[in-house]
Amino acid sequence: MGNKVLMKGNEALAEAAIRAGCRHFFGYPITPQTEVSAYMAKKMPKIGGTFLQAESEVSAINMVYGAGGAGVRVMTSSSSPGISLKQEGISYIAGADVPCVIINIVRGGPGLGGIQPAQSDYFQATKGGGHGDYHLVVLAPSSIQEMVDLTADAFDIGDKYRCPVMIMGDGMLGQMMEPVEFKDTDVSDLPEKEWATSGTGMKRKKNIINSLFIEASELEDLVLERQQRYEQIEKNEVRYEAVDIEDADIILVAYGTTARIAKTAMAKAKEQGYKVGIIRPITLWPFPFEAFEKALAGGKKTFLTVEMSMGQMVEDVRLAVNGRGDVHFFGRTGGVVPTPKEILAKIVELGGAK
Amino acid sequence: MEKVFQKPHALSDVPFHYCPGCPHGIVHRLVAEVIDELGIEGDTIGVAPVGCSVFAYNYFECDMQEAAHGRAPAVATGIKRARPDKIVFTYQGDGDLAAIGTAETVHVAARGENVTTIFINNAIYGMTGGQMAPTTLAGQVTQTSPYGRDPKTQGNPIRVSEMLSTLDGPAYIERVTVDTVPNIKKAKAAIKKAFQLQMEGKGFTLVEVVSTCPTNWGMSPQESFQWMRDNMLPHYPLGVYKDITKEEK
Repeated sequence: MGNKVLMKGNEALAEAAIRAGCRHFFGYPITPQTEVSAYMAKKMPKIGGTFLQAESEVSAINMVYGAGGAGVRVMTSSSSPGISLKQEGISYIAGADVPCVIINIVRGGPGLGGIQPAQSDYFQATKGGGHGDYHLVVLAPSSIQEMVDLTADAFDIGDKYRCPVMIMGDGMLGQMMEPVEFKDTDVSDLPEKEWATSGTGMKRKKNIINSLFIEASELEDLVLERQQRYEQIEKNEVRYEAVDIEDADIILVAYGTTARIAKTAMAKAKEQGYKVGIIRPITLWPFPFEAFEKALAGGKKTFLTVEMSMGQMVEDVRLAVNGRGDVHFFGRTGGVVPTPKEILAKIVELGGAK
Repeated sequence: MEKVFQKPHALSDVPFHYCPGCPHGIVHRLVAEVIDELGIEGDTIGVAPVGCSVFAYNYFECDMQEAAHGRAPAVATGIKRARPDKIVFTYQGDGDLAAIGTAETVHVAARGENVTTIFINNAIYGMTGGQMAPTTLAGQVTQTSPYGRDPKTQGNPIRVSEMLSTLDGPAYIERVTVDTVPNIKKAKAAIKKAFQLQMEGKGFTLVEVVSTCPTNWGMSPQESFQWMRDNMLPHYPLGVYKDITKEEK
């Protein structure tokens, strides 16, 4: 194991990608994730990798499609408006079953929005974003250490299920510094991708990376086959943190930066005698429905979803609770970060005065 | 019996879907012949566009990727950076390359990306049924310029080879056509040179093939070639627009 180093979130995730065997990065500058590109620009030439600043986010994601199709571990990084531009490419990548990692360091929107932290891209990330029947695996770290760990996992998940994986952070996680430790991982012996367009060498039949299937029944078959992989992902890859959910009256639901703030509010509420727990989804897709089953096993509960949006993940919380509890929402948006005090006030409002 | 003529190995057995008289078949064959002659089929990765040649991935025997509309140069860049020792080419029409993919086209050329582009310019969107293209001539009637393209409101046709030749990145740019046997031979020589320069790592190469669309122009194949000679070639003169091997001498 290595030693702990103090690193900025964006740089730590770039380093984690390199350690996961990523040698190809295609980016385009946008605040608040530009440090990912800057780090890759500095490191990649020294290790025989590719850093390429594309002419647009559209081009960057299509370079990712090309390189991923050719069989290498590849990543791109952007922030909300840039991720919108990438959606066309993401849909094609999903439709052609090309693994890759896409970073979204979310900022306030819609439109050009702002440059402060937000979680208002949840719908875009988990409910499609681009056109067609597909999913992204969406990983949502809440610390820089977790961002590092999930970056390594993201490449493995992408390769295993042949799908694009998104790591969704926010401006806070991208910009802040924390001590991190990089696990020693051996990526010298990654399995060969026999489907990749790496040249036939006249030794095998040609490979085609493609998402066009004119015959409706053929396209349906391919979508159904992909759906089976999604079901495997739902079975195998769900991640969440659950704290004190069994005996809580009020369960907070929050991810990313917001979960850390919610935990502070939870601690204060406990001091005041409230029985509070928290569910922190780490995979936003697949959503951790099982955490809610565990929470509801002991009977009716009150849920308080906290987001840096006007209420996006709360829709999945309602689906998970499915009428078996009360679901409430508190959110700030536009780049405003909720305070522990505000969340505590909401807990007190729901729990009644003690 | 000695076989003196056959289908190139780099062309698959899938029948072309192209309309009768469409020059795509000729150009596909030329690309495949060049791949055969250079012995690079096993090392070549092609990128198909969106447009009439969208199914090009079925027609070539090498590894192929299908790009989104206009994005072939970016996809090719990704492949080439991942597999720098392989030969990568894109095959694109005028709408794909010079309208929706203009940024990708200009920048793949400006970077001098070591890939080859085969650009088919027939001044019309064929697959969607004959709409105005960025290369449609002034006055040319299409489905979306039914009174003839009016440069005042519908802009002017883009000369891609001339435009890209102003950049420092490209190694070789030539405009050819395939209306006669001598011109087909010249076109093949240009395609071969483009691939060879890529193999030598010289940078971006592009061969623009001035072509026709009998179906959407509403003409016979022969009339189409005559119309092309009378109207397109004056605006899109054949010739070499960039050749670093000449500049090096």
